Amino acid sequence: MSDDASGGELRAHTVRLELVDEPGELLNALEPIADNGGNLLSIFHERGSLTPRGHIPVEVDLECLPHQLDAIVADLRESGVNVIRAGTERYGEEVTVLLVGHVVETDFSETLSTIESDAAASVVDVSLSAPNGTSDVSSARLRLATEPGKTGEVTEAVREVAERKDLQVVEPLTELEGSA
Amino acid sequence: MKLAILGAGAVGRSVAELAGEYGHEVAALADSTSAAVDPGGIDVERALAEKAQTGRVGAAAPEDALGTEYDALVEATPTTLGDAQPGFGHVRTALERDRNVVLANKGPVAERYDELRELERESAGSVRFEATVGGAIPVLSTIESYDPATITAARGVLNGTANFVLSRMAAEGLGYEHVLAEAQDLGVAEADPSFDVDGTDAALKCVILANVLGTGNYSLADAEVEGIDELPGSALELAAEDGRTIRLIGEATPEGVRVGPRLVPENGTLAVTGTRNIVQLETEHAGRLNLSGRGAGGPETATAVLADVNRLE
Repeated sequence: MSDDASGGELRAHTVRLELVDEPGELLNALEPIADNGGNLLSIFHERGSLTPRGHIPVEVDLECLPHQLDAIVADLRESGVNVIRAGTERYGEEVTVLLVGHVVETDFSETLSTIESDAAASVVDVSLSAPNGTSDVSSARLRLATEPGKTGEVTEAVREVAERKDLQVVEPLTELEGSA
Repeated sequence: MKLAILGAGAVGRSVAELAGEYGHEVAALADSTSAAVDPGGIDVERALAEKAQTGRVGAAAPEDALGTEYDALVEATPTTLGDAQPGFGHVRTALERDRNVVLANKGPVAERYDELRELERESAGSVRFEATVGGAIPVLSTIESYDPATITAARGVLNGTANFVLSRMAAEGLGYEHVLAEAQDLGVAEADPSFDVDGTDAALKCVILANVLGTGNYSLADAEVEGIDELPGSALELAAEDGRTIRLIGEATPEGVRVGPRLVPENGTLAVTGTRNIVQLETEHAGRLNLSGRGAGGPETATAVLADVNRLE
């Protein structure tokens, strides 16, 4: 790990790409990473499986600074590579939940910090909607990042804190997405 | 077949009306206070006209319907919880007389499944209950024909009223109370919609699914149930901002029975709109099976009842 004056810390990221099945495509996709100072960690090239459009899914793990990731993704897109997702790999999976009830009055910031500490999760994004004021029933959408395979623990932690604060949790039905 | 129909609500009435079309005769039709009984076949139209006029379907007492000659008892009285009476008693009487039973009433199969199966084992008659899960959608017969052992889980949207409310709230940005009142005006929600919106109705259906898929012995008390009656419109808005929506999802998995509002992809398979229902079956060898259609309503549920009657032959 190294610090950089331009801000942010060096982090591992997973970038998911879809490549056309043509010679040179993979190399074409890797160049922008090196060109922008990214450090390639691993490539998972699923040659056997195809997306519905007949593309090959590729997962690239790389290490770089936040602004470098933006440049890499921009360059990839410019060179015609289909970028499906570019996220922070430290937290490989994300789970979105809703909290409903007296979200604000029950110390929202304590709710968030409890979830983070109890479940080794990181709150990536929070949206709050309190159309009738913060003292009435309101809703919050939390996007939580966690390590692969830990989403169950995260929802469990959310449920616990919600129960203590008499909030209703709307959990995702995540295991359903994908296969059909 | 000769049918004795108990219950003259939307479902019982529709079964009586459609029975002839399916080649069956109605030997008796009873509501909670009266009955029309004729082993040679009652005049359904007249009985229903009389009920509309006088509030009674005929001159006989309700017990007479249960005692007359019939091949299959159609139990379409309102679903009751706990001991599932009087429905369970009706089923017992019919089975002890070695008659077949077709249930539209969820109580006996959700609350006393094992006892019901025990009674069936001792009887020459058999029990069918397609209409109890998903209305017109052939959920249970599909499971039966695939073999329950090859289905690992079932989940879906099993209450049309709750689904109507959620899809309307999401589409129009309206509040729960407003949409519920609208649903009542449209006849989509009953005057007392509590079982629909608090998740009980969907839970009963999931308990039945769990009983059929597993070893039985589930009842409503084993289900984890949450309703949609506390959801503000803001929750649906936040879900929509993220490309998702909320549906009341019921699950019957090896881990148990669970019903509650869940986030699902906005354009996903489970995000059916209006009063439509959907059931997903997870099969061992054939991936996922989606069955959707009308999950409630008189003629719809009667269709499932009469399909069961046909399977008895």
